[in-house]
Amino acid sequence: MSAPVPPVIVDGVTHHYGSKLALHDMSWQAPQGAITCILGPNGAGKTSIMEMAEGLRRPESGTVRVLGNDPWHADADHRRRVGVMLQDGGLPGSVKPLRLLHHLASLYDETGELSSLVDELGIEEFRHTSLRRLSGGQRQRVALAAALVGQPDVVFLDEPSAGLDPHARLDVWDLVRRTRDRGCCVVVTTHSFEEAERLADRVIIVAAGTVATAGSVTEVSGTASLEDTYFSLTRIPGKTMR
Amino acid sequence: MTSPAIRARSQAGFEIRTLLSNGEQLLVSLLLPALALVGLAVTSTPHLGPGRRIDIVVPSVLALAVVSTAFTGQAIATGFDRRYGVLRLLGITPLGRGGLLAGKAIAVVVIVALQTLVLGILGACFGWHPDGPGLFVGLLLMLVGTWTWVALALFISGILRAEAVLAVANLLWILFAGAGGLLLPTHRFPEAAGAVVRLLPSGALGDGLRDAMTGHFDSLVEPVLVLLVWGAVLTVATAKTFRWDDR
Repeated sequence: MSAPVPPVIVDGVTHHYGSKLALHDMSWQAPQGAITCILGPNGAGKTSIMEMAEGLRRPESGTVRVLGNDPWHADADHRRRVGVMLQDGGLPGSVKPLRLLHHLASLYDETGELSSLVDELGIEEFRHTSLRRLSGGQRQRVALAAALVGQPDVVFLDEPSAGLDPHARLDVWDLVRRTRDRGCCVVVTTHSFEEAERLADRVIIVAAGTVATAGSVTEVSGTASLEDTYFSLTRIPGKTMR
Repeated sequence: MTSPAIRARSQAGFEIRTLLSNGEQLLVSLLLPALALVGLAVTSTPHLGPGRRIDIVVPSVLALAVVSTAFTGQAIATGFDRRYGVLRLLGITPLGRGGLLAGKAIAVVVIVALQTLVLGILGACFGWHPDGPGLFVGLLLMLVGTWTWVALALFISGILRAEAVLAVANLLWILFAGAGGLLLPTHRFPEAAGAVVRLLPSGALGDGLRDAMTGHFDSLVEPVLVLLVWGAVLTVATAKTFRWDDR
């Protein structure tokens, strides 16, 4: 019996911004029912490759396939199966959280349990405050709920716990694990070694627009810590990393 | 699966509720046009030309209201939606970019219809009696004007930063209202200035609505053509230049 096709396949993607090489022959896969964490320094290409997988950016060369489709040309049926949490949120400032989430839920077929999402993420406590008046962490929680409201088969989370306090971070990690446990393919970008170690079934360390290493946390770091492995793989010669 | 039409309608409802719950938007879309209507109805200056004053005032104010909603409101809303990544996010939901645009278009038409109803009733209180067929032609012209002004709104909001859109959209609203032929018929301008203003979408919409709703159909060709040309040019320009995100 052949192995199932991974829902997310990035194959040989190269991309420039002007004359700057942003992605260089990048290839990786994210399996079903697993959390794949992409770790890398600023400018390593994490957000660029996420945007290509989300259908927001078209790769110059190489291919990106999500659920067997080219995300750039994806139709509504494909987008219904994919959830996205953008790095900058994508939330309208003048709207209150529940109205936005109810509206987003109306755009999907399977709206899941919106009320349980709201409970789990503690959104109820600031439901009467417009999004522009929320703290960064509160907006992160709404953005995460927006990504999960359609019960997607694949979800892309760009730095989902950035700006959250430690308790909220644990709640978010629990929710991400439960999303994985129901069979969803979860792809997370992060700067946090703790987040990668505690969440990831698979880690991909990217540097200078390409994959430096990939595998489980144990496979990637061996006897060293993930942090030491990361720094040894992403250190730019002549530049102090920490 | 929900159909594209249902999703677009859902987006339109979301946009309408958002616009109607926004105080600044209500001020520009309804309160200021209503104040202009009352102000022009109860005074005798500026002179608006031959005919019953209120029959000229109401179409003029309707033109201003179209510009308020289709241009100023949409330009500012779209500029900030892009800034906050809302266009990016909604574009990759099942709604898609096409559904987002359709939702916005429906929302603008509904708001313009609501404005027209409210301002029409207010005008009737001051004795407005529009020409019967002219009212129908005027409503069609308002649709054309809405398209043209939305195209200008998307053009500006697609190339400028959100803060610049805010400044430019408000400034242009003041200039078009005061000197663009929206409230004052272009034949009341000095001859050279009037000839220029007639070629602007503001002058064309203002003159067109005044002519239509007072039954002067023979002079409608020029304003309709001006609006259609502006609408086509701006739509093409917007399609080429519009950016869905600030990155």
